[in-house]
Amino acid sequence: MIPASFEYHRPADISAALAILDEYGDDARVIAGGHSLIPMMKLRMADIEHLIDLQDIGELKGIFVEGTKVTIGAMATQHELIDNGDIARVAPILHEAALQIADPQVRYMGTVGGNVANGDPGNDMPGLMQCLGATFHLVGSGGTRDVAARDYYEAAYMTDREDDEILTAISFNAPEGGFAYEKQKRKIGDYATAACAAIVKIDGGICTAASIAMTNLSDTPIFSAEAGAALEGTACDATAIDAAVAAATGAIDPTEDNRGPVDFKMHVAGTIIRRAIERAVSRA
Amino acid sequence: MGKQHYQINVNGETKDVLAEPRELLIHTLREQLDLTGPHIGCETSHCGACTVDIDGKSVKSCTVFTAQVAGKEITTIEGLGTPDEMHVLQEKFREHHGLQCGYCTPGMITRAHRLLQENPNPTEEDVRFGMSGNLCRCTGYQNIVKSILAAAAEMNASKEAAE
Ligand SMILES: Cc1cc2nc3c(=O)[nH]c(=O)nc-3n(C[C@H](O)[C@H](O)[C@H](O)COP(=O)(O)OP(=O)(O)OC[C@H]3O[C@@H](n4cnc5c(N)ncnc54)[C@H](O)[C@@H]3O)c2cc1C
Ligand code: FES
Ligand code: FES
Repeated sequence: MIPASFEYHRPADISAALAILDEYGDDARVIAGGHSLIPMMKLRMADIEHLIDLQDIGELKGIFVEGTKVTIGAMATQHELIDNGDIARVAPILHEAALQIADPQVRYMGTVGGNVANGDPGNDMPGLMQCLGATFHLVGSGGTRDVAARDYYEAAYMTDREDDEILTAISFNAPEGGFAYEKQKRKIGDYATAACAAIVKIDGGICTAASIAMTNLSDTPIFSAEAGAALEGTACDATAIDAAVAAATGAIDPTEDNRGPVDFKMHVAGTIIRRAIERAVSRA
Repeated sequence: MGKQHYQINVNGETKDVLAEPRELLIHTLREQLDLTGPHIGCETSHCGACTVDIDGKSVKSCTVFTAQVAGKEITTIEGLGTPDEMHVLQEKFREHHGLQCGYCTPGMITRAHRLLQENPNPTEEDVRFGMSGNLCRCTGYQNIVKSILAAAAEMNASKEAAE
């Protein structure tokens, strides 16, 4: 399988990359780790005349933890994320989730920025970033802007990012409380049949904050404020968890595909969401 | 875009290759450099038969363009051992029957080599998790895991003996 021809660019900084994007418009596309894009190019599902490789751009690299503020450069790889002791300490949900993405080879190459920018409903980082309430930082020829992860996804492969913008980094405040990333997949290296990120904070036996988001159960990641609200103010007892699971499954709209029919996916989703919440509560 | 010159370092030697930007590394290795150790199993980034080492990372060479690896150091199975001087992993795969048809083996060993660099004392679970990007249709994995654990033990023993 050989992709169609393209011209290859490897700019050394963001402004050079933006200049190429400006010049070629729709015909140009950036490549990060290439582990979503190259398979699409091989299938000739992505037709790109100008490929802009971001690997030399130092400004897009690195993982920074300052106090409770976490900033992840777009070009940080899943492997680097897993390897980073600060992330494991201040945002262990990221560590836990990254270990469930793809396989070792893919994680050496796949970047966090590519994972969130891609817009594939099967990607795990978008739902996770919605759960964390993360902010995406974009730059275009018109300047920089920030978009909340919860506002970024419009439909499969359709996001708020303009064609001439590059995602530079992702930031969020270190979460407090118990956490879990639960993912049901057919085998290692597969995308989720259903996945759920949960963060639950409990103070004096009462839940003070809860955040629930889901992966591959609609054409975008789904953040369910209602599911969080069903837990807040309760002791996270069985009744509250039932209500949260009901709210979360009420917010999704899975479609039938090779991972199963809709009824099956709703069933799996219910189980996975419940496991995520129960495990987060048990760690809170 | 026509063919371009790219310099890549393969198994310790700098090679100048002429390739279109769309040429995948696996094709450059196999067809231009005659390094037919890395195999093409699936072409869809799933099987790991094409695994090579690039700057200390295990990479599926069917999912990277040669243009992307210009200036980098690549190691293939040919760079790990030869029939006369086998790598410990190769010896252990032979000893423990870690292969049947052998199609997955170059990718398995190249990946296992990186895994043992990163984690010289893996548990069986570490090996299974660390090798999960490589598929084998023959062995049922049992003997692959055994071979890698045996190689780790031997590499550690000879390290200790040297100290
Ligand atoms: C076998 C296999 C299994 C996989 N399993 C999973 C899985 O279980 N879960 C999961 O989440 N993912 C999975 N993936 C996808 C993998 O994690 C990808 O690496 C990831 O989705 C994209 O990251 P990338 O750096 O490779 O991006 P690329 O493939 O380089 O890019 C993806 C898209 O994002 C755009 N893009 C990339 N970076 C930027 C940027 N900085 N600014 C703007 N646009 C950008 C590109 O133009 C492209 O459209 C799997 C991939 C493979 C091959
Ligand atoms: S041929 Fe590259 S992963 Fe199968
Ligand atoms: S030995 Fe035949 S595929 Fe592994």
